[in-house]
Amino acid sequence: MSNKFPSLQLKEEDFLPASAEEKQSLVIMRKSVNFWADGMRRLRKNKIAIVSLFFIIMIIIFAYVLPSFWPYSYEQQIKYSENLAPFEYGRMEQELIDAGESVFPHICGTDKLGRDFAVRLMMGTRISLSVGLVCAALVLLVGATYGAIAGFAGGWTDNIMMRITDILYTIPDILLIIILSMALKPALESLAARPGFGWMQKMGPNLIAIFLVFVLLYWVGMARITRSQVLILKESEYVTAARALGASGGRIVKKHLLTNCIGTLIVTTTLQIPSAIFTESYLSFLGLGVAAPMPSLGSLATDAVKGMNTYPHLLILPAVMISVIILVFNLFGDGLRDAFDPKLKN
Amino acid sequence: MCGGVVHDTNSKRKHREDGSELKKYIIKRLALGIASIFVVATLTFFLMNLVPGGPFVAEKSISKAAQEALEAKYGLDKPLLERYTTYMSDFVKGDMGFSLRQRGRTVSDIIFSKFPVSAGLAGIAVVLALLLGIPLGCISAYNRGKFADNFIIVLATCGIAIPSFISSVLLLYTFGSRLNILPTVGLNTLSSYIMPVTALAIYPTAYITRLMRSSLLDVMGQDYIRTSKAKGVSSFKTLFKHALRNAILPVVTYVGPMLAGLMTGSFVVEKIFTIPGLGREFVSSITNRDYTMIMGTTIVLATLIITANVIVDILYKIIDPRIKLK
Repeated sequence: MSNKFPSLQLKEEDFLPASAEEKQSLVIMRKSVNFWADGMRRLRKNKIAIVSLFFIIMIIIFAYVLPSFWPYSYEQQIKYSENLAPFEYGRMEQELIDAGESVFPHICGTDKLGRDFAVRLMMGTRISLSVGLVCAALVLLVGATYGAIAGFAGGWTDNIMMRITDILYTIPDILLIIILSMALKPALESLAARPGFGWMQKMGPNLIAIFLVFVLLYWVGMARITRSQVLILKESEYVTAARALGASGGRIVKKHLLTNCIGTLIVTTTLQIPSAIFTESYLSFLGLGVAAPMPSLGSLATDAVKGMNTYPHLLILPAVMISVIILVFNLFGDGLRDAFDPKLKN
Repeated sequence: MCGGVVHDTNSKRKHREDGSELKKYIIKRLALGIASIFVVATLTFFLMNLVPGGPFVAEKSISKAAQEALEAKYGLDKPLLERYTTYMSDFVKGDMGFSLRQRGRTVSDIIFSKFPVSAGLAGIAVVLALLLGIPLGCISAYNRGKFADNFIIVLATCGIAIPSFISSVLLLYTFGSRLNILPTVGLNTLSSYIMPVTALAIYPTAYITRLMRSSLLDVMGQDYIRTSKAKGVSSFKTLFKHALRNAILPVVTYVGPMLAGLMTGSFVVEKIFTIPGLGREFVSSITNRDYTMIMGTTIVLATLIITANVIVDILYKIIDPRIKLK
C-alpha cells in the first residue's frame, strides 16, 4: 500500500480465509523468551562478567579440587624445609633429588614451620570462600523469609518486624561483630565438647561462630530488600492485570512474584559473598577469625606481616588472592545485576 | 540507601509536607537513634560478660585473694543484672567509671585523650576522599566510555576490593621497609600521616567516585538538563548549576556509612601503624577484658555513627524536597 491515497476498490483475495501458514505467523511472532534465557543472554554479552565468572570457576577449582591432588597437606610440616623461597628445596629434599628421586616443587615456598605454602593458600581460599558462600546462603534464607513474612503480613506485624530491623540497621555492625565473635567462640567451643555435638567439633566451632555472627548482623539488609520487593510487587499493575484476567493465586506467585523477586535476591546474595569474605579477613587480622591450624586468607596474611621484610611473598600471595576474590565477585555481581535486575542499577 | 526515606514520584508531592510532619520525622529518627544506642549498650554488656575470663584473670602476679579484692572493689562480684542497672544509671548521669586495666584513669578521661587522634586521622581521610572522589566521579561521567572513564572505573573497582589492612600492610612494606622514605610508627611528624590517611581514604574515595559517576550519569539524563541545553546554556554552566547540585545528593547520604567504614578501618590502621587512637584502644580493651573500657568505647563510637546517620537523614530530607517522609 505504497499509494498515498489508497484505492477504494476492494480486492477479493483479501477476504479469503487465512491459510494454516499465515495463521501460524500470527500466533508466534517470535519465540517467547523466558526470564532466565533473557537474563543469560544479557549476561553473556557482558564481557567483564564472563571473565569474572571464569576467574570464579578457576578459584573454586583451586580451592576445592586442587588440594586433593596436591602431594602435600596443609598441616604437614616438612623438616629442614622451613622458610623456603618459591621453587627452592630443603636440605633433605635436595639429597633426595640428588639420589635421583623426584620431589614436587614448593611453587610458593614454605612457611616458618615448613608447611608447603601453595596448599595452605588453597586451603585458605577454601575457608574464605566457604565463609562467603555459607554466610550468603544463610543470610538469604533468614533475611528473605523474614522480609517476605513482613511484606505479606502487612499491618501491625509488619510494623513491629520492621522497627526491629530499623534498630538493628542503625547499629554500627563492626562493633557488634567484634564483640559477638569474642563471646560466641568460647560458648560454642564448650558446646562442641559435649556429647551429641560432635558434628560441631568436626566443622570447627569458631567457623560456626563466624557464620552465626554474620547471619545475626547481615540478614537485616536482605530482609529490607525482600520486604520492599514484596510490597512493590503486590501492588504492581501486572499483578492486578493477571488477577483481572483470572489467574489463580498460585500462578501469580509462581509466574510474577517469584520471577520478579528472584533476580534481586540472587544479585543481593552474590554481592553478599565478597562482603562476608572481606569481613572475615578483617576479623582474622584482628585475631578474631578462623583459628589455627586451619588457615583463612586473612590469617595467612596476618601471620606473614611480622616477617614481611624477609619473606614478602607469604604476605603478597594471600593479599592478592583476597583482593582478586572480592574483585571478581563484585564484578560478577554487578554483571548479574545488570542482566537480571536492571531496575536495581543506579 | 539511608533509612526511612524514599523517592516520591507520584502525586503526593503536590501537598507539601508542612513543618509539623518534618518535626514528627525528626522526633521519630531521634527516638530510633536513642533506642539503637540503648540496644548496643545492653547487647555489649551481656555479650562481654559471656566471654570467659575476667579483667584480672590474666595477671598471674596477683594472688586469688587480691583478685577477689579487686573484683569486689569494682563491683564485679555482684550479680550481672545488678551490675547492669548500676552501670546504666551511672552512664545516664555521665559517669562511665574507672578503667579496670589502666588503674586510676577514668574511662571518659582515656576516651577524651585518644579521641582527637582518631578523629584527626578520620577527618583528613574524609576531606581527602571527598576532594578526590567527587572530581574523579565527574570526570569519569563526563567522559563516559572513553579512556579516562575506563581508567578511573578500573581504579575505583580495585580500590573497593582491597581491604584496608592489606592496603596498609602493602604501603608499610613498600614505603616503610623497602624504600624507607616514610616513618612507620606513630603520628609524630607530618609525613607520618601520609600512609595511615592513604590507607583509610582508599575505600571511601573509590566508593564516592563510583557513586558520583552513576549519580551524575543519572542526572545528565534528566529532562531539566535537556531543557537547559536546549535553552543554549553552556555545558559548563549546565554541569555546575544544574547537574552537580542534584548529583551530589547521594554522596551526602554516604557520609554516615563512610564514618562507620572509617571507624572499621581505624581499628586495623591504628594497630598496624601503632597509632595511639580510640580504635586501638577498643581492640585492646576487648582482648584485655577491660569491661568498663569496652562499654565506654562501644557506646561512644556507636553514638557517633548513629548521630551522624540521623543528622544526614534529616539534612537529606531538608535539602531534597523530592524525598517523601515515611
